[in-house]
Amino acid sequence: MATSTELREQIEAAIPGATVEVESPDDVHFTARVVSDRFDGLSRVQQHRLVYDIFGDRLGAEIHALSLKTETP
Amino acid sequence: MSEQSNPIRDAIAQAIGDNRVILFMKGTPDQPMCGFSARTSAALQALDTPFAAVDILPDPRIRQELSAISGWPTIPQLFVEGELVGGADIVAEMYETGELAQALGVAAPADAPVEAPAGADPAPAPLGIENRLSS
Repeated sequence: MATSTELREQIEAAIPGATVEVESPDDVHFTARVVSDRFDGLSRVQQHRLVYDIFGDRLGAEIHALSLKTETP
Repeated sequence: MSEQSNPIRDAIAQAIGDNRVILFMKGTPDQPMCGFSARTSAALQALDTPFAAVDILPDPRIRQELSAISGWPTIPQLFVEGELVGGADIVAEMYETGELAQALGVAAPADAPVEAPAGADPAPAPLGIENRLSS
């Protein structure tokens, strides 16, 4: 089982300085908004991959769905 | 696994190469099995653009091999001209900014909704539609 707080902390640890909001109604479906200058110059696919890669195999398993919005400051 | 004996991966790669616009999804555009897949196919339909759709549910290896090719962990996945455009969130965002129509090389129809369409409610789990355990 994952929690919004845990996901937020993991993203913050992997992307230092990022502003991260994570919400979940049920601890399996998550919505995240990540703002970071790390995304600068990256395509959307590359931006999302950066976040997906933090969770690896947990995506699709205990994290059923992660709806993602990535932005630069 | 040796590369020369991976017919599923080869078939997926070929489908991506052969179809200018191809969506890998759960279910079909007419009967999506997941809200994310429903939204993504609805966005393409709202733009009146023809696209190939592949249902990844019948065989778990399709999803496995697709993700190995694309480096993208989730479904749906939209490819245009052989390139991964993104999943449900990216496609919805691009629909709303007009970038999706641009990437597809189409003009959004005048009556296309401004917000990404929600898509049909996903069908319930396919119990009773097809019993895959019996054969």
